[in-house]
Amino acid sequence: MTQITVKRLWKEYDTQVVLENVSLHVGDHEFVTIIGASGCGKTTFLRMLLGVEMPSRGEFLIDGEPLPREPGPDRGIVFQRYSLFPHMTVLQNLLLGLELHGSPVLARLFGARRRAAVARAEELLEAVGLGASRGKYPAQLSGGMQQRLSIAQSVICQPKILLLDEPFGALDPGVTADMHELILKLWNLNKMTVVMVTHDVQESFHLGTRLLVFDKVRVDPQAPDRYGATITYDIPLKGHRRQPYLTAP
Amino acid sequence: MRRLVNQRPTRGGILVLSLMPFVLLIAVYLAASNARLSTNPGDKLLPSPATLAATIHRYALDEDERTGDVLLWTDTFASLKRLLVALLVSALLGVTCGVAIGVIPYLRATLAPFIAALSLIPPLAILPILFIVAGLGELAKVLLIIIGVAPVIVRDLAFRTQELAPEQMIKAQTLGASTWQLILRVVLPQTWPRLIDALRLSLGAAWLFLIASEAIASTDGLGYRIFLVRRYLAMDVILPYVAWITLLAFIMDALLRLLRSKAFPWA
Repeated sequence: MTQITVKRLWKEYDTQVVLENVSLHVGDHEFVTIIGASGCGKTTFLRMLLGVEMPSRGEFLIDGEPLPREPGPDRGIVFQRYSLFPHMTVLQNLLLGLELHGSPVLARLFGARRRAAVARAEELLEAVGLGASRGKYPAQLSGGMQQRLSIAQSVICQPKILLLDEPFGALDPGVTADMHELILKLWNLNKMTVVMVTHDVQESFHLGTRLLVFDKVRVDPQAPDRYGATITYDIPLKGHRRQPYLTAP
Repeated sequence: MRRLVNQRPTRGGILVLSLMPFVLLIAVYLAASNARLSTNPGDKLLPSPATLAATIHRYALDEDERTGDVLLWTDTFASLKRLLVALLVSALLGVTCGVAIGVIPYLRATLAPFIAALSLIPPLAILPILFIVAGLGELAKVLLIIIGVAPVIVRDLAFRTQELAPEQMIKAQTLGASTWQLILRVVLPQTWPRLIDALRLSLGAAWLFLIASEAIASTDGLGYRIFLVRRYLAMDVILPYVAWITLLAFIMDALLRLLRSKAFPWA
C-alpha cells in the first residue's frame, strides 16, 4: 500500500513563487496525470517527489513518513531523455538495478545469481519488445525503444511509485500509442502508483485514473512571479480510461 | 560549381594531400642542403642524406666505442621508461582525484581550487626544487612530468565527470545505487575514454618536460643526446633524433586512439 500525502506545500526560488498551497492525497495504485501550462511548476512538483528538490514550506509524506531528501529505490523515474547509461548495452542497462541490489561492493552478479538476473531481465525485455536488441547500445536505439528500455529499467526494481516526466513528449504519435499500452500493462502488473507529468491533454485523460491541473489562481500583472500555481482541477477519471484512444494519423 | 565547403576529396585524394606537405618539406630540405654543401662541403647545418644515413647507422646499429651500448636504443629505452611511468602515475592520479572531485561536492569544494592553483605553477620554474629535493636521478625527471601533466588531467576529468547528464545520476540512485556503486558502475566506465583523450592531449607537454629535464641533468635519454651533441653542431644526430621522437609520439597517440575506438565502441 502506497499513500502519498502533500500538506500545504509551497516552493519558492528567491522571490519567485512556483507552487503555493498544494494539498493532495494519492491512494494506492492510482495513475495520476498532471497537466498545466509551461512553467507552472508541474515538473518542480515531480522533482520534489523524486527528492532532488526540497519544498520551501509544507509537508511531503509517503505512507506517513517524510519524503527522503534524496532519490531512492522506492521511487522510479523516467525522464524525457538521457536516463539510459550510454556505456551499457540494452541488457546491461536492464540488469543494473538487479546488480545494484544484489551486490553492494562490486555491483556485479556472478554465477547462478547472475543467470537468474539475466533470465528475469530477458523476460522483461521480451515483454517490452526489445528482445532482439539486447546487445545494442542506447545510441543505436530509436527514441521509442530508448523510452521502453528506460521504463523497463525502472520497473525491474519494483518501485512503489513510478514518476514519469513527459516520457513520451519527444516520440512520434504512432509510437506513443504503443507506449501507452506498455505503461498501462506494467502499471497493472506491478501494482505501483504512477505520477506522470505531460503536456498532452488527450494522453492525460487516456492514461490517468485521476487528472490534476496545475495553474495560477492569482496573477499580479506587475509581479508575475509573486503568486505560484496550485491544483486548480482534480478530476477522477476511472470511467475514461478504457475508452479507445484517438491517435493522430 | 559546388561551394568549396561541399567539395570533398576521395580516399586516394586524402592520402596524396596529407602526404604532400611532408614531401614538400623533404624536397625543400634536400634542395637547401645540396645548395649549402655545393658551396661549402664542410657545412654541418644541413647534412646530406648520405651523412644522415651513416649517422643513423652508427647510432641505431653500431655499439658505442666507449660504453658498448647502441646509443639510440639505450636513449629511447631510458626516455620511454621515464615518460611511461610518469604518464601512468598521472593517469592514476587523474582518475582517482578527478572522479572524486567531480562526483563528491565536499571534495570538490576542498580540492578543486587547490588543484587549479597547482596547475598554474610553471613546472620548469620548480625544476630546481625537484633537483634539490629529489636529487639528480630518475625521480626528479619523472616528478617533473607528473607535476606538469597530472593537474591538467585531474581538472579535465573532474570537468568531464561533472558534465555527465544529471538524469543519469538521479536514475542510478532510483535504481538503488550507493555513492560507491554510482562511481563504480556509472561514472568510472564513462571516464576511461575521456582519460584517453586527456592523455593524448597531454603527450606533447609530457615530452616537453621529459626533454627539458634530460637536457639539464642526465646521462642518457633522447633529450640528453640532443643537447649533448649540440655543442658539436651535430645536426646529423639532432635531426634524426627529433624525427624519431616525433615518430614515437605519433605512434603513442595512434595507439591511444585505436584503444579508444576498440575498447569503447559506445563512446
